[in-house]
This record gives sequence, C-alpha cells and structure tokens, in this order.
Amino acid sequence: MSAITRLTIGALAVAALTACAAETPAGPGAAAQPGQAGPGKVAVAASDTECKVAVSEVAAGTSTFAVTNGGSKVTEFYVYAPGDRVMAEVENIVPGLTRELIAELPAGSYETACKPGMVGKGIRSPLKVTGEHKPLNADAKLAEATASYKRYVKSQSDTLLVKTQEFVDAVKAGEIDKAKELFPVSRTYWERIEPVAEIFGDLDPAIDAREADLAEGEEWTGFHKIEKDLWITKDISKDGPIADKLIADVKTIVAKANTAELTPLNLANGAKELLDEVATGKITGEEDIWSHTDLWDFAANLAGSKAAVQSLRPVLEERAPDLVKTLDEKFAAAEAELGKHQKGDGWRLHNELSKEELKSLSDVINALAEPISTIAPIVAK
Amino acid sequence: MSISRRTMFGLGAAGAAAVGAGAIAARSLLEEPTAAHAASTSDPFPFYGEHQAGIVTPAQDRLHFVAFDVTTSRRDELLELLQEWTAAAARLTQGKEAGAFGAVGGPAEGAPDDTGEALGLPASGLTLTIGFGASLFDDRFGLAAKLPAALAPLPKFPGERLIPEISGGDICVQACAHDPQVAVHAIRNLARIGFGRVSVRWSQLGFGRTSSTSRAQVTPRNLMGFKDGTNNMKLEDAALVREQLWASAADGAAWMAGGSYLVTRKIRMTIETWDRTSLREQEDIFGRDKGEGAPVGKAREFDPVDLAAMKPDAHVRLAHPSQHGDAHLLRRGYNFVDGSDGLGRLDAGLFFIAYQRDPRKQFVPVQMSLARTDPLNEYIKHVSSGLFACPPGVRDAGDFWGRELFA
Repeated sequence: MSAITRLTIGALAVAALTACAAETPAGPGAAAQPGQAGPGKVAVAASDTECKVAVSEVAAGTSTFAVTNGGSKVTEFYVYAPGDRVMAEVENIVPGLTRELIAELPAGSYETACKPGMVGKGIRSPLKVTGEHKPLNADAKLAEATASYKRYVKSQSDTLLVKTQEFVDAVKAGEIDKAKELFPVSRTYWERIEPVAEIFGDLDPAIDAREADLAEGEEWTGFHKIEKDLWITKDISKDGPIADKLIADVKTIVAKANTAELTPLNLANGAKELLDEVATGKITGEEDIWSHTDLWDFAANLAGSKAAVQSLRPVLEERAPDLVKTLDEKFAAAEAELGKHQKGDGWRLHNELSKEELKSLSDVINALAEPISTIAPIVAK
Repeated sequence: MSISRRTMFGLGAAGAAAVGAGAIAARSLLEEPTAAHAASTSDPFPFYGEHQAGIVTPAQDRLHFVAFDVTTSRRDELLELLQEWTAAAARLTQGKEAGAFGAVGGPAEGAPDDTGEALGLPASGLTLTIGFGASLFDDRFGLAAKLPAALAPLPKFPGERLIPEISGGDICVQACAHDPQVAVHAIRNLARIGFGRVSVRWSQLGFGRTSSTSRAQVTPRNLMGFKDGTNNMKLEDAALVREQLWASAADGAAWMAGGSYLVTRKIRMTIETWDRTSLREQEDIFGRDKGEGAPVGKAREFDPVDLAAMKPDAHVRLAHPSQHGDAHLLRRGYNFVDGSDGLGRLDAGLFFIAYQRDPRKQFVPVQMSLARTDPLNEYIKHVSSGLFACPPGVRDAGDFWGRELFA
C-alpha cells in the first residue's frame, strides 16, 4: 500500500504558523521557473485585492507555499484541483502574518486562490505541476479520496479551534459586539465539517443544540445558548461556564475527528447530509433563529459538501463522468445563487431575504442534492 | 322527508341511484350505460393513445394537481425532462414504480428511485395529464412562435382575488386516481425527477370529484351540497367532444392537434355563510333542487332545463350553453379542504378544472357572465387561476410529452 503511505504524507499538508514574515514575497520577475520550486518555498503575496504566487509551475511532489497577508482582511489560501477539489489549504491568515502550506501535488493543472475576507471564489491563478504522472488504481483512488478529505477536516478543525477560542474569549470578557461578530465566523468552520462531528453523537448536541431541540429539563449548552444571550437577553455575564464547556467540547471533538477512520461512503453521505442541513435548517432560518446568520452556515455547509464531493472526484470521473459534469454545474449554480446575497465579507441576514429569494436558494439545493444522493452507491461499488 | 347521506352515497358508489322515502323520485341510473364505470377502481387506464388520458377518462375520485416553473434555461435539459417524465408516467399509470429499481430493489447505499408509499397499491385508475402554460413560450426555449392564440391571457373577471404564487406556471401535471396516495405518489416522484430543471410553483389536492365525465357515473356533489356538472360534456357525446373539446391543426397551432386547453380556478367557498342560507334561496341560486338535482319545475336530474322557469340570475341559467352560443365545457373539478383559515372556518371550496377547444370562446364568456351576475359570488371567491395547453396523447414508447411542440 505504498500509495497510502505517500498519501499520508499528504495529510501533513497542515499550515505552520511562522513567527515572522521570513519569506518575503518574490517579485513578479521570479515567476514561472519550475526549478525554483524544488527545495525552496513558493512565496505568495496576498492582499485584499491580489494574490501573487511567485511561480506558475512547480514540480510534482511536495511544495511548500509561504503565504504572506499584506492586506487588511483575514485571508485563506487554497490549491485546487479541477472542480475545486481542495488539494491543500491554509485558513485564518491574519493581516501581517505569513503561514506555510505543504501540498502534495501530482502532475496536472491546478489553481491557487486567496480568499480575502474568507468569502467567495477567491482570486485565482493557474498552477501547473509537471513531472511524472502516476495514475492510481481504483483502490488507491478511493484511499486518496479519504486522505484528501481528512486533510480538509484537519485544516478546518484547526481553524475551528482558533476561532472558537477567540469567540469564547470575547464572551468571557463580556465583549458583546466582538462576540456577535465572531459567532458566525467560528461556526463556519464547524458547519463545514459537521457530518464528521456527528459521528460522535453525544458531543454534537452539546455544541450545537438549538433551544427547540431540547426535551423539557434538558441542559442547554453550546453556540446557540450563547447566541440567545448575545442577541436576545443581551446578558452574557453568566455564560463563562457555557463558554468554557464549548471550547472543551470543541477540543474533544476535533481530536476525535482527526483520528477517525473515514470511508468513501462517509464522504458521500456527509456531502448529502450537509445539504440536508441547508434544506431543513438554514433555508427555514431555524439554525440561527436569534442572530439570523443562517447564510454563513449555508455557505459553510455548501463548501463542506463540495470538499467531500471533490475529494471523490477522481473516482467519480472514472465511474460516472456524466455525474461529475452535472455536479460541477449544480455546485456552480448553487454558489451563484448564494453569491447574490453576499454582503461585504459576510452575508445578508436570513430575515432580510424575501420568500422568493429563499425559494430560489431552496431550488438550487434540491437540484444539487438529488445528484449528490446518487454518489454513495457509485463509490460503494 | 329525510335521506340518509350514507345510504345515498353508498348506493351511488355502486352505480345505482337512491330513492328517497318521500317526494323525491330519484332517476334511476340503471338505464345508463355502465361499462366505463364497471371496471374495478383499481385497474389501470391505458397511457398511450391519440389523446391524453385524464380528460374524457371517467373522472376519478381524487386529485393532486401541480404547477411547475421551469428553472433551467436550457432547451435540451427541458427536453430530457419531458422524456424522463413520460417514461415515468407510462410506468406509474400502469401501477409500476417510478424507476427501474423501485423503492427497495436498488443498492442499499443509494437513495431508492421510487419513494415507496404506493408499494402494494394497485394502479387505482391513475392518469397523468400534462399542460404547458403561456409563460413557457417566452424567449427561453425558442417556443415563442409556437404560442397558440387560444393561450391568450384570461381577462380580469370582476370579483376575483387571484394570488400570484398559486396561479399560473410553465408546466402543469394533473394526477387523478381513485386512491389519493397513488395520486400524491405520482406527483411527488415527478417533482423529484424534475429537481434542477423545474421547481414546484404550487400544488393542490382534491379529495372528491365534483363532475361526471361519463354517463356511467353518478353526478357527485360540490361542498355546497348540490349536484355539479349534470349537463357536463361527457365522453359519450362524440360529436360535441369532437367539436368543442379537441383542438385541431386548423385552429392555428398544429402541434396542439388532438390536444385540449385546460383552465383551472381555485374557488374558495365561505361554506359557513352558505350553510346559514335557506334551502329555498340555495335552490333558487343554483336553479336546481338540492335533493334530486332536477332543474326548476322538473322532476328528474336529467330532465331538460326550462331556463325561463328559473330566476334570471340562477347559476344554471347563466352558465347554460344556450346563453353563450352553445359553448360547452368538459368540467373535471374537485372539492378541496386545505385545513382551516385561522378564523375558525374551513379553508374549503372547489378546485375547478375545465377542458375545451378554445377558452376564448368557451370558458371566458361563461365565466364573465357568472362573475358579473351570479348570486353565488356572495359565497365564493376565485383565488387562483391557470391556463394550460395540453398536447395530444403519447402514441407509444418512442413518443413523449410535448414532442410535437419541440419538433
């Protein structure tokens, strides 16, 4: 199983936070020299409007990207394979910092993307990876699919920890405005990987239960308890223990999520479940009933579903090429429809959307979820 | 005099007429041909034919009607959908499952291709009838030149209170069956097949037919308690059906030859105020007696009407073909109760369905006269409206709904 060994290295594509901006962005003149990408690092100069990758071609194998955020917004950096399959990503690059990203890239055509403000399709550039191309056999493709998705879970859960900590700190410091700002942001990382979290059934409710979900006499903890206090009672002075429990629960679930064995079927079903979440909770506004920030969760569910589906892409391209085409179209349509409601670096509030706008969102999710529901038997073969 | 509702309906369902204990001399339907109704209510009707089923087909007891908006802007996707729908409809109407694997025959890891609630149920006389609304003929699919003149928008009728969200639509499908579960199952599966290409705009359940479309059927009652559609156009009226139901190529739209135009109107009834109205007034308003359904001055339901004997604004008189240049309709409506209205009243009424060769010459003049002067308007309100061109029938397994339109 050498393929798997190699892929495990891919799972190391974790962002490393460097203390200083050691790698200064290379000038445009340094671009497009494949050799340069070998032992050194590829500098990426990110700003609010630009995403300058020092080279447009690297050799197959391991590449390290050093992403420096010279802008004023928090940014993210992605390396995408066709269909926006996430090969590697680094989240939460705050202004002024450099973070490194190690990516394991087989030969092929890719795209890099910075996402200032962490929304939208990002600022894209092509990236060519040259060298020997080793086609994987069917089993290896499935293994690569789960490894690829585990990389995603890892990077999302790392940032989930950071952002939840910031949220919890703000709550405990009594900073209502800051906590309100951080609420939908920290939830974004949670909502992108929620199906993995749901494997650990007892913790999901502790973190994410809504008031309506509770039986009489049941203790209410987690994000939504704090949400109600932030938006309705406007009193978070007694939420310290809730906040402590939230971060403790998130830490536990992240640790479990990153050691969980995932199967291709988990990915297929997770992709579907995330869209079910959109259909039942977000379109109806039931998820964030006090803050009305449902569209942040919507976007996160959609992104998480896409990450799972695109991890399976090499398998699907072989077994159901027509389906891949359909999925690409339907994901694009859903993203376009959601994109209409982007507002600055965030989203319009659920209660600002008309019934017609919500129906259009519901339509694109239905259109996407039906073909997604056909993936499971294809990857189970 | 009293009539047991149970006895009356019980016998009615058996194809016989009830004879009241007193003065009501019910007209025996035993002298009517019974063949069209004699078949079991579980049997299928043929899907393929010159005309779509579900029009002259003896009206089944239950309805699920749906209107879709087409959400794709691609003509090829719409064409594919019509072909997939036709294949599913051919199966469903014969009592089969929507997809090849069915509810439980597919792989355990995947979602079943049939939703399963009709497992074990017979075909139940299911018919599926498709229609195309005028909005489909805009610039999206290159159909503008095919818009039939008969799909001209209906005029505004006095007193109507149309709700746009439950009116119109690019495509409609009428599902009629003797079992409501079978009708809902069909619409649900068609809607599912359509995701990404069409979106449900509105849908309506009907729990009891209010019209007969065959002389073999007993005339049913609407929620006002009156027999409805005694003089309806029926499948046995061969000449009338030919002249006033089926469109012909000579009418202008060649693709509609053998098709028919469908008007739907959701008519909310304030049944609570109607129920407080005296029997005499109720009968005067309709122009028929309530028990037998006989026209004013006559003894039997099917006795010829004497319009002069009725009040000038009696419903039957206003709607009578002789008042509109002999314009007939094939009505196929259903009673509905959509729960309650939050004001302590049932949200009830008639989902009116009528097929005809040209609404401009048939539905429009009749409804205009009713909307202006019918005393029934005090108790009813039109809240939704639909107008659809229903193409001819699907000839065989190689044919599909709307082939002529897209040819």
